[in-house]
Amino acid sequence: MDQFKQAGIRPVAISVDSPEESRSLTQKAGYSFTFLSDPNADVIRRYDLVHKGAGENGRDIARPAEFLLDSSGTVRWVNLTENYWIRARPEQILEVSKLLK
Amino acid sequence: MNTRRLNWPLWVGFLLTFGAFLSYFFVFVQYPITRDFPWANLLLFVLAAVFLIIGFRRGFAADRAHPTGSKIVTSIVGILSLAIFGFFVFTVFVAGRWLPSSTGAPHVGQRAPDFTLSDTSGKSVSLPQLLSEPVNGNQPKGVLLVFYRGYW
Repeated sequence: MDQFKQAGIRPVAISVDSPEESRSLTQKAGYSFTFLSDPNADVIRRYDLVHKGAGENGRDIARPAEFLLDSSGTVRWVNLTENYWIRARPEQILEVSKLLK
Repeated sequence: MNTRRLNWPLWVGFLLTFGAFLSYFFVFVQYPITRDFPWANLLLFVLAAVFLIIGFRRGFAADRAHPTGSKIVTSIVGILSLAIFGFFVFTVFVAGRWLPSSTGAPHVGQRAPDFTLSDTSGKSVSLPQLLSEPVNGNQPKGVLLVFYRGYW
């Protein structure tokens, strides 16, 4: 994650978890990047990433996805995995981020 | 009492099956090479199968010191092991693909939709803020949005 910061990239994690739940996760795992809470999945819906009823008690949650935005907010790279065990690798994203100015 | 010899290959095989299943979720999922394709776990399953087959041959060997009970135990252990393997394949290769297709997700070249959400300290953070606040003392080159399922 420090490599991202060195590359000038800000990683931001988004889920339906409450700020409290995210805080305990960041403290436990020692993550230092931004965690945002979208409890009603509003932003997740705006990005068309809702996995309907897949959460606890049939709650709507986000399907895994990664977006790399440039400084103007334009999407430069997207990864929508087809299998949630398979995620983008940091090296892969760092490689793409080299293209950003 | 009969001196029943423990059918150790059978139990080693069973334990290995169990280990092959659990180790994916507790160990190998942390490393991209062993997560994206669970070859380490499949190898463990193969090893487990070898022991189970040896155990089966012992369990079903011509009744020497073996009482019929051992055949039942052998069968149960075998079926359980197969079930664990099946459940593993199902979880990783089948259930993992149950994701919506997200055709409406922003694609390359599009502007990312704006949002404002709370961070872990309850402070509101907007996308323009994320794009402009310095990273490492410099103007950020970009923002990586990582949507995840949530931790509970």
